[in-house]
Amino acid sequence: MQIYLPIAELSVNAFIFLGMGAGVGVLSGLFGVGGGFLMTPLLIFAGIPPAVAVATEANQIVASSVSGALAHWRRGNVDLKMGIVLLLGGIIGSTLGVWVFGLLQGLGQIDLVIRSSYVVFLGIIGALMLIESLKAISRQRKPGGKRRKLHQHNWLHGLPFKMRFRRSKLYISALLPLSIGILVGILAAIMGVGGGFIMVPAMIYLLGMPTAMVVGTSLFQIIFVTANVTFLQAWQNQTVDIFLALLLLTGGVIGAQLGTRVGAKLPGEQLRSLLALIVLGVCARLAYELLARPDDLYSIGALVGHG
Amino acid sequence: MWGGIQSRMGRIGIIGLRLSFALLLAGLARPASAQAVVADLSDHLIAVTTGFAGTKLLLFGAIEGDAADVVIVVRGPAEDITVRRKERIGGIWINRHNLTFGGVPAFYRLASTRAPETLASNRTLARHGVGLEHIRMTYPAGANGDLSAFRDALIRGKQRLGLYPEENGQITLLGNRLFRSDIFFPSNVPTGTYNVTVYLLRGGKVISAQTTPLVVSKIGVGARVFAFAHRHSALYGIVALVMALFAGWFAGAVFKRA
Repeated sequence: MQIYLPIAELSVNAFIFLGMGAGVGVLSGLFGVGGGFLMTPLLIFAGIPPAVAVATEANQIVASSVSGALAHWRRGNVDLKMGIVLLLGGIIGSTLGVWVFGLLQGLGQIDLVIRSSYVVFLGIIGALMLIESLKAISRQRKPGGKRRKLHQHNWLHGLPFKMRFRRSKLYISALLPLSIGILVGILAAIMGVGGGFIMVPAMIYLLGMPTAMVVGTSLFQIIFVTANVTFLQAWQNQTVDIFLALLLLTGGVIGAQLGTRVGAKLPGEQLRSLLALIVLGVCARLAYELLARPDDLYSIGALVGHG
Repeated sequence: MWGGIQSRMGRIGIIGLRLSFALLLAGLARPASAQAVVADLSDHLIAVTTGFAGTKLLLFGAIEGDAADVVIVVRGPAEDITVRRKERIGGIWINRHNLTFGGVPAFYRLASTRAPETLASNRTLARHGVGLEHIRMTYPAGANGDLSAFRDALIRGKQRLGLYPEENGQITLLGNRLFRSDIFFPSNVPTGTYNVTVYLLRGGKVISAQTTPLVVSKIGVGARVFAFAHRHSALYGIVALVMALFAGWFAGAVFKRA
């Protein structure tokens, strides 16, 4: 079934995108990840202009994080105060990011920046995940491994503007979550991701938040940051395609439910190393496109008439 | 269109004068019908709907007088196009130089009874903008010798998008009087006002030309979404958000119960 995407301005097969939504949905259900960092590169591979892919994916993440955040909220796993500080940083970062995005688009460098950010982040995340899961698999074979000490005191605890976060049982400088928020906001705007894959480890290892609180709080922040990105991208760059978002959403919701159910019956660490391999594969493909000599050194782009 | 061609002819001088003289003669010889060629399209509007997957129009017409060759050129609306060239910097291929061409037809398709280069001289073809190598556009000011490489890249890029079809279309001539030709438009056809020009060539000269307008326009839900996204972009952003929030809440509510 062909469907014309009004903002991407091309006619695509609806089932391919429903399928992509479902496929990434299964992965996010299996691994509890947002999936934005896989979906955006996939959309680009499928021929969607990178600018539209990034903005539309932000719109989809709003939807997928709402259902996740609601579930965590009901269980009381959201540190609202921490979430709001992170969000403040996120709003600053994403507004900055959307502005930079428009600037780079005008310079003709946005594709390069999107692709190279993906290569860097997917490379790091994929490698870390692979190492972590391989270690965990070998630990399972040899029981009695040592546990890492949570929450260590270091120079980060000497920063000013200390704030008490009762829910997370923390007394730390507000500058820390604020700057994490800013960084994640910039990534959300430029890469079309929720940023959970950066924020979750940062909250655990840098802030020392209890693991139970981390996912709910990060989802809470992601809703509002991706909402800000969606709104600003739609308003300033006109790159949000509602039809594409609907296709991805529908596929994603079904896929995520499937993934959660299947995931409960499969061995966790093996799955995690599988995901790591997928992430590294996507990274390698993007890196190849940056490094290999292009078939045609020239590319064309219409100057957008409507400014 | 005609005005443009004639003003250009004035500049070219004698050749132009001779041509307009020939046209005048052709007109005088046949006072009953001033034109030596009459043509029309099966439709003057292409509606790009939500299910749009490309379309085909029929151009048909008749020639007055002796046997002649027909060339049909479909030109899309003019646009500005930036051509960028990549260079390897630190191992990575980066867009480095760019040139912007103005007045480039968004779509260009040629059909002819015989290969155009066998019908008329390069000068004649260039004057009428017939053939990919003769497409009219304005060149960036102060451009250097790389210009033709950038221009070729522009045409290659358009061909990759299927907007400057490489294969010339066929024209069927019936009894040297009637002609017909199918014109294909791909699913990514740009919107705007097109000109379909039929040239009549005889003895290496363009003896007549007729231009028919064609409108390609987004129609239906897709068109309204596009217009809404550009005219009320802030409101569109809010609608996109509300949709996502509702979908997320709905999915959560439904599957919690299941």
